[in-house]
Formats: sequence, C-alpha cells, structure tokens
Amino acid sequence: MSLLDHSIKELEAKLHNKEITSEELVKASYERIKEVDGDIQAFLTLNEENALETARELDKSGDDSAKLFGIPCGIKDNIVTKGLRTTCASQFLRNFEDPLYDATVVEKLGSEKAINVGKLNMDEFAMGSTNENSSFAAVKNPWNKDYVPGGSSGGSAAAVAAGEVVFSLGTDTGGSIRQPASFCGVVGIKPTYGLVSRYGLVAFASSLDQIGPITRTVEDNARVLEVIAGHDKMDATSANLDVPAYTDALTGDVKGLKIAVPKEYIGEGVDPDVKEAVLNALKVYESLGATWEEVSLPHSQYAVAAYYLISSSEASANLARFDGVRYGVRSENAENMIDMFKKSRSEGFGEEVKRRIMLGTFALSSGYYDAYYKKAQQVRTLIKQDFDKIFEEYDVIIGPTSPTTAYKVGEVIDDPMTMYANDILTVPMNLAGVPAISVPCGFASNGMPIGLQIIGKHFDEAAVYRTAHAFEQNTDHHTKRPDLGGAK
Amino acid sequence: MNFETIIGLEVHVELKTNSKIFSSSPNEFGAEPNTNIHPIDLGYPGTLPVMNEEAVNFAMKAAMALNCEIATDTKFDRKNYFYPDNPKAYQISQYDKPIGEHGWIDIEVDGKKKRIGITRLHLEEDAGKLTHGDYGHSLVDCNRQGTPLVEIVSEPDIRTPAEAYAYLEKLKTIIQYTGVSDCKMEEGSLRCDANISLRPYGQEKFGTKAELKNLNSFAFVQKGLEFEEKRQEKVLLSGGVIQQETRRYDEKTKETILMRIKEGAEDYRYFPEPDLVPLYIDDAWKERIRAEIPELPDARRKRYVDELELSEYDAGILTGSKEMADFFEAAIADGADVKQAANWLMGEVSGYMNKNQKELHDLALTPESLASMIKLIEDGTISSKIAKKVFAELVENGGDPQQIVKDKGLVQISDEGQLTEVISGILDQNEQSIVDYKAGKDRALGFLVGQVMKATKGQANPPMVNKILIQEMDKR
Repeated sequence: MSLLDHSIKELEAKLHNKEITSEELVKASYERIKEVDGDIQAFLTLNEENALETARELDKSGDDSAKLFGIPCGIKDNIVTKGLRTTCASQFLRNFEDPLYDATVVEKLGSEKAINVGKLNMDEFAMGSTNENSSFAAVKNPWNKDYVPGGSSGGSAAAVAAGEVVFSLGTDTGGSIRQPASFCGVVGIKPTYGLVSRYGLVAFASSLDQIGPITRTVEDNARVLEVIAGHDKMDATSANLDVPAYTDALTGDVKGLKIAVPKEYIGEGVDPDVKEAVLNALKVYESLGATWEEVSLPHSQYAVAAYYLISSSEASANLARFDGVRYGVRSENAENMIDMFKKSRSEGFGEEVKRRIMLGTFALSSGYYDAYYKKAQQVRTLIKQDFDKIFEEYDVIIGPTSPTTAYKVGEVIDDPMTMYANDILTVPMNLAGVPAISVPCGFASNGMPIGLQIIGKHFDEAAVYRTAHAFEQNTDHHTKRPDLGGAK
Repeated sequence: MNFETIIGLEVHVELKTNSKIFSSSPNEFGAEPNTNIHPIDLGYPGTLPVMNEEAVNFAMKAAMALNCEIATDTKFDRKNYFYPDNPKAYQISQYDKPIGEHGWIDIEVDGKKKRIGITRLHLEEDAGKLTHGDYGHSLVDCNRQGTPLVEIVSEPDIRTPAEAYAYLEKLKTIIQYTGVSDCKMEEGSLRCDANISLRPYGQEKFGTKAELKNLNSFAFVQKGLEFEEKRQEKVLLSGGVIQQETRRYDEKTKETILMRIKEGAEDYRYFPEPDLVPLYIDDAWKERIRAEIPELPDARRKRYVDELELSEYDAGILTGSKEMADFFEAAIADGADVKQAANWLMGEVSGYMNKNQKELHDLALTPESLASMIKLIEDGTISSKIAKKVFAELVENGGDPQQIVKDKGLVQISDEGQLTEVISGILDQNEQSIVDYKAGKDRALGFLVGQVMKATKGQANPPMVNKILIQEMDKR
C-alpha cells in the first residue's frame, strides 16, 4: 500500500506521531506522478518547488491542528491559482501563467494547510464527458488505459484513483465530478448550488457550476467539503448559511431512511451491469433497515435538452471574454480589431467549445430566445418541482451515476448526441441545484467501476454523506485499487 | 417648416459612489490609466460581480427625483457585444425590469411650461476607454470600467432643439440636487445621445429617426439637432427618404456626419445575469431612500417666490444649481437681506464666476462674508460702489469685510460737516454748474456729484451728497 493510499484521518495521525513528515508525503506524491502520470496524463502543470517549500514550512511550524495539514491535493485547471498557470485545458490559455488571484476554494484549502501539488487536466473549459476534449492530452482511466476517465473532471478523478494525490477538486456543471468519479471508482460530490463559492472558478455555466471534492472515501470527502464550503462575499450566489460538520453525520445508521428510486433512472438505456449493481446496493440498504420505493421524475426526459440550451447559452457569454485583448493567446495574423477577435477565438478554442458557443449564441438570438432559452428555464422549474415533490416524502434519491461504465477511448467522441444523452442521470441535479454524490458500488464484467448516485435535499449534504458512508462501511468496493504497476 | 420635429434623448449619468459597481476599486476620475482596477474590472477568468448597494441607492434616488415609479422586483441582464473596452464582452445592464419607469420632468421654454416623460431609468456598468494611437494601435484604460451608470431614456415628447436643451439643463440640475452625480459633461459623467425624426403635421406615425452621437455639450446637442432638423427637412422636401442611421456632430463644421447606417436592430442577446441574484426592493427600502432626497429645484423655486417674495426669474436663476441656492440660503441665515443677497449672487458673483470660469466652491467668498458685507451696506458703513472694492478682495482672498473696510480706509463719509466742507470747495470751483442747475439742467447735478465722489475717492455717502449739494446751491 502506497503512503498516498491512506485516508486523511490516517495520514493526520501519522503526521502527528511524526511517523512521516509532510515533505515525505508531498515527495511521495511527486514520485507517484512521475511513475504513472506519463500514461495517465492527469496533470497539466506541477507546483513542485512551491509545494515542497510549503511542506517543509509546515513540518517546521509545529502546529498541525489544521483540518488538511500537509495533505497533497490537486486542483482542476479551471480553478484559478495565483502565480500558477491556469489553462482550462485550452490552447487559448496555454500562456496564462498568472491569473493574479487565488480562487476562494484555493484560499480555504491553503488556510487549512492542504498542499497544492498541481493543476489537473480536464475537458477544455469543462465541456465534455470523456476528457478527450483536453487540448493538451487525453487523460486515461487508471483501471484500464484503453478507457476514458470520464469528464470533464477526468484528471481530478484519475489522479485520485491512481494514488497521485490524496484528494482533488473538480467542478460539476452537468455531471463533471460525479461521472468521472463513477468511471474511475472514486467518491465525488456535487454540492448544493450556492454551498461552495464559485469565485475563481472559470465559469462555464454560471447557474449550474459547483466545485466539489473527489476522494477515495466518503469520510475524506466530507472533511474536504467542510473546508471549502461556506458563504463568500465575493460570490453573490453563495448561500449565507453555517456549514455543518459533515463528518459528524457519518454514523453508519440508516435505519428508517426512506429512499426513492426513480424508475426513469433504472429503466431503458441503463447497462444491465449498472442496473444490477444499483439493485444490489439497494439490498444493502434494506439489510441496514432502510426502505426504498420506485417513484417517477416525469420531466427527466427533457432534462438533457434544457441543460444543453441553458449551459450553452450561459457559456456563449461567459467565454466571450476570451478575445485576445487582455490575457491568453492573441492571433498573430489579425489585420484589424474584428479580425483579431475572430482569429484569436477561432485559433484558441477547440471544436466542442466552438460547438457550444454557437449553440448558445443561437439559442439567445432575437426571435429564438422564447422558444429555446426561456422554454428551457421553464422546464428547469418543472424539474426542480419534481425533486421537491419527491423530497416531501423521501430522505434521499438513489440511482446510478451514469447509464454505462467508462467508454473506450475514441468510442463516443465523434458522436456528441450520444455523449450528451448519457448525461441524463447527472444533469437534472444541476438544473434543480440539489446535492448528489457518486460512490463506488461494484465493477462491470469488463472490470470497469460502477458508481452509485445518492441525491439529497437542498443543503442536506449531511444526509447524502450519511447514506453514502453507511453503504461504504458495509461494502469493499472502495478498497479496490487499479493495478498500475510501479511501487506499492 | 412643413414638418413636426420629434426628439427623444438618452442620457447616461455616472454615479459618484465610493467604489465601483461590482468591485472594491475606487470610483474616481482622472487617475493614471489602469491604476484603479481590480481583476473583476478586467473581466479576469473566474471573477464574479457583487452589486454595490450604494449604486442601487443612488439609482433609486435619481429615479425618484425624476418622478419615476420604483420597481419592487428587478434584475440585471447581460448585454452581449465584442469591443476592447468591454472586458467581459458583455455589459451588465437591465433589460426588461429597470429600476425606474414612467417618470417626468417639467421644463420651460420662452415662458411656456411643458412636461417631458421619462420612459425608464436603469442601472448598468460603464465601459473602459479607448485611445487610438498614431501607428494603428489602440490603448485600453480600464479605470472607468465598472463605474456605476444610470441610463435615462426620455419619451419622444421633445419638439424643438431648444426644448432638448431645457430638458438637459433641468435633468442635470435635478440630478445634481440629489447629489448622486456631478453631471460634468467635460469629464464624461453626463453623456447624451439624441434621436430625431420628422413627420408631416397631423401624421401619427413617427418618421425614420437618426441617432446623433459625440454631443459634448448641451449647446452642441441643440446645434446638432438644429442642423439635423434642417437636413432631414431638405431630404424629405426633395422627395428623398431618411435612412435609420447614426450621425456624429462635428464641432468645427457645425454639421452632422454619417457614421453608419443601421440595418435592423442590433442583437445584443440579452439574458438574465446568472451571477447576480434578482433584486427585491421593499417599501421600507424605498422610503428610506425617499427620505434622503433633498428639496428639489421646482419646490425650492416655488418657496423662493412664495415665501421670500423673489421674482420667478430670480428664483429660477438662484435655484438653477443646488450650490448657488445653498449659498444663497446660508447667506440669508447669516443675516443678509434677501434681495441684496439675490442681486449680489446673480450680478457680481455670477459675473466673476463666468469671467474666471470658476464654480462657487472655488471662490474665497463665503456665505458669511457676503452676508457681513451686505450688512455693512445696509447700515451705511460702505456704499454699494465701495462694496464692489470689498467684494473684489473677498472673492479673491476672503477675509472679514469689516476688517477689509477698516484696513483699506473704505468707510463711507456720512459726516455732514465734513461733506459740506468738501462740497463748498467743489461749488466754488464750478460756478457755471450752479448756473446750469438753476436753469433746470439736471446734468449739472450729476456732474457735481461725480466731482464730490472723485474728491472723496468714492467714499462719500451718495444720498447725503445729493441732499447737501442741493441745499448748498439753494443758498447761493
């Protein structure tokens, strides 16, 4: 077992007892990265010198009371880091060496003494479900390098699965934390919209984006979320609420828990292996004294269409600032101002990003706004009402995270419609704003991990974690590690 | 004129909040380029806007002063367009739910009163500023980016360029009274675009309009509209059609020049700003702001006429700027006679300001010193003529009028014996004038008064000089 395979709590004890130093831990992280990341390609930029320097300072400081003291982590590359290149995996920002400030979540991790090992690969501007849209390199799934890690937080999920870091931050606009967590056999949560500050997250779709942790265990996940959650005066959409101690919710007790299982989530289009794993998970809950019933989320069928209209519309405006004027790459071939905008954007953005910008620009155009953007917002309200109704009677909703396990590399990248359709199980939660976690719940016949999705009420992350933790404590899926060779 | 002119004005006013609308950068004019900036102003990736409550308060105040209804549920929207001075490539503005709607102001042209409707007032962010270099390059200064701005759109109620001028003057005065903006056109804190079209008298449908830009003073707005009125009339009379176009006013040639022809409405793809939560303005909030609005020019003017018994004209001039009216009232509070204070402010003080291109606050004169000087005139210590010398000192260097009079030996000579002595001497030297006076030539008296004033360096008490001169001549 590698040093980095330990939980945060175990590492905390080892650091406290001086069995290890933070410097050793960070070095182990970089050694692992050097060993496996040539194949995995999870990292885009390393922060080695600073990270080791910080670790040495922590070791000297003597005060190890911080919640993430000395723990190496990785940050998805659409979260800005002062003085450290932030690219969003886009050629447009390949030269964006200094975003001038730290995202609020980065500041919060720093104040609890986590150590930022480097920036993690992703689909360009978080648009994609396979990581093949990274303009630098496609991340590979640690369980089998012929498979994609999922996306868009593929680097974040793969780095944790491969034991390169103890935890990572991802972002989820329509499933971008949960789906790669599911594909890579790790734990990833999309918190309630408004729980975690978006200040410093390069916006894809402002009304849907949330930052969340990816870890190997539910307990680690709860601990990291406790650190990054909370009101931020720099984000007008952040909720002004106290953050509960999520780790206190991990009692293992789910007796009497009322679980809703939407029939739409285990019906047609869901892989038999995935369905079986979910039904097995429900049996585990039954054995623990919880009950489950089949319910319906009737507007789910419209979720993908509404999601792509809203997210692309917002993206078309959010990504308009990349014009070559102030930062990023400016085309060398421009003849005038308009030409500079056009050429910089044409040269800087990849195919998928352009596709979404065009889709969003069209949806917002005069004459189409009512039929597309406005209609999509109305659908969004209906989807939210679907959830509200279920939560009047049930504590949590459970289903699969993704209808399938990881795709093979190249399998869906040229078929955006299929790729978009597979977001069916993750986008409704972003549209409704509710929290949802993906935890490992088994392996398909091809050996690829399967994720179980647990969805809670707004700001009821505690129930989501308690439910996920009880399952984890009674199964051993989360203890499995991919075989990547190298040191053990 | 065969046509009726239809004018509507769009006025942008910068609000003088302490910080910018979405960031903590200071909101000030005239700093070195790109020094008052924050990553938020530069639209850096990951930054988010947070609404400055003071900007909302100021916008509400302006809207209330312009008699607008204030929205209860309002929101902000993104207006999308690419331009180097627009760092996010969208401007955060208000599309379908402005803070204020259905307002009006009253104007007066040639003694005729008229009410001009205000369609809407909305809050938005100002853009940066471009400077075009000589070598095909342009420089962007983002200091102005994020300055809170209100856009005030009038109804097409204005019928003449003179009414447009009066509307702007009145609007500026009202906004200045509220204290939310300096409204300095030369610093760009007030900017105006004008829409103008012509239609045959009696026709209901508006003609095609032209939009005038680059109007850098109220006078240019009027002149630009006058030119445009004639240009459009000429086109229409010769059987031509007006194209919907944007024209700019050239100050040198005094003409409007075509900038671009508008082909349909530009598509800004407005949609609700997801980074800001909708704004709910409850009654308590509205009332709190309403209570902060000072007495506005029309009410003040009425009070001056009704209570201070000033003429409509004088009251209008004095209330034309809040600074002037405040100064006037402070002088009265310090004991100045109402009419004297009004006359001095409209006469000597305004004359000095115009001549020296200065504002009241630039002068060394204070309401207290003006009042004190007026009291010296009233009690006969100095004559009005001498007072002009005292004023010259006060306005340049300030000080206590009583002390100035003393130091410069300007006290009026009201001693009968002393004056009689001077007058006797003057009469001795001007026998012919006495003859003329007795022959009924009034000019002779004026001449003799002048001689006495000259001999006393203007310090003789004029009514007494008159009286003694007549007495003494009657004796001879």
